[in-house]
Amino acid sequence: MITVPVNIQILFAGILFLLGLIGLLVRRNMIFMLMSIEIMFNSAGLVFIIAGTHWKQPDGQVMFIFILAVTAVEVAIALALLLQVHHHFKTVDSDAVNSLKD
Amino acid sequence: MISYHDNDNPMNVFFYIAALVAIISTILAISGRNAIHSLLFLILSLLAISVIFYLLNAPFIAALEVIIYAGAIMVLFIFVTMMLNIGVEPEEEKKWMNPGMWIVPSILAGILLFDLLVAIKAHEPAISDNAPIQPKQVGISLFTTYLLAVEIAAILLMAGVIGAYHLGSQKKKVIHRFLK
Repeated sequence: MITVPVNIQILFAGILFLLGLIGLLVRRNMIFMLMSIEIMFNSAGLVFIIAGTHWKQPDGQVMFIFILAVTAVEVAIALALLLQVHHHFKTVDSDAVNSLKD
Repeated sequence: MISYHDNDNPMNVFFYIAALVAIISTILAISGRNAIHSLLFLILSLLAISVIFYLLNAPFIAALEVIIYAGAIMVLFIFVTMMLNIGVEPEEEKKWMNPGMWIVPSILAGILLFDLLVAIKAHEPAISDNAPIQPKQVGISLFTTYLLAVEIAAILLMAGVIGAYHLGSQKKKVIHRFLK
């Protein structure tokens, strides 16, 4: 349907992954960190779809479905942990949660 | 290794528009101060990626992206953000009413909607060489080649359910008598 060169499509997925990585490294609010992880998961799935379309195989879409399942589990657990952290520390700042350090 | 295709296909511009919308809304999502606004920009980014999936001959995955990512996972995020009540001050709600807060996402979403509608309208009939991969093929591959992975994903989902239930239940804080 579209004939954009594959390296440009991969470059787009790489830019999205890089944006997610920058967000994860820069932000200290745990909700934003989780959102950045979502962006990175999504760009990884985008690479699978690009490859599956390039070779006209359904395997890329199957892998995306698995990424979807892993992401759903990860978000559920991480948000439950986030609620517990907010309950104990009254903040979602990741720098405040360093009781294990000392 | 550079693959040269004919780069004068008029459909390609839809890919570039959707990619631009996705990158802009992702930048706005990770650089925002208000969590709810950032989540809405992130949903817009997911919708733009869904349009790209549609353009990449994967309409089934595009539907899954909208339903599960933008529809279920992001709603979970928004619920938790609203439960935690982060960054929503009463005087801040007045700011939401002026057009500066919602004009940018509206413009981006409008561009995306226009992009998708024109792309659907211009969809050429499926040629046998370039037909989209049907959900039937994906399902057959999923339940024959990748059957073991499906079962492992089921175990993972079970562990996720149990873990989320365990972590989500508000327990009474018990302090050992030596630590009091």
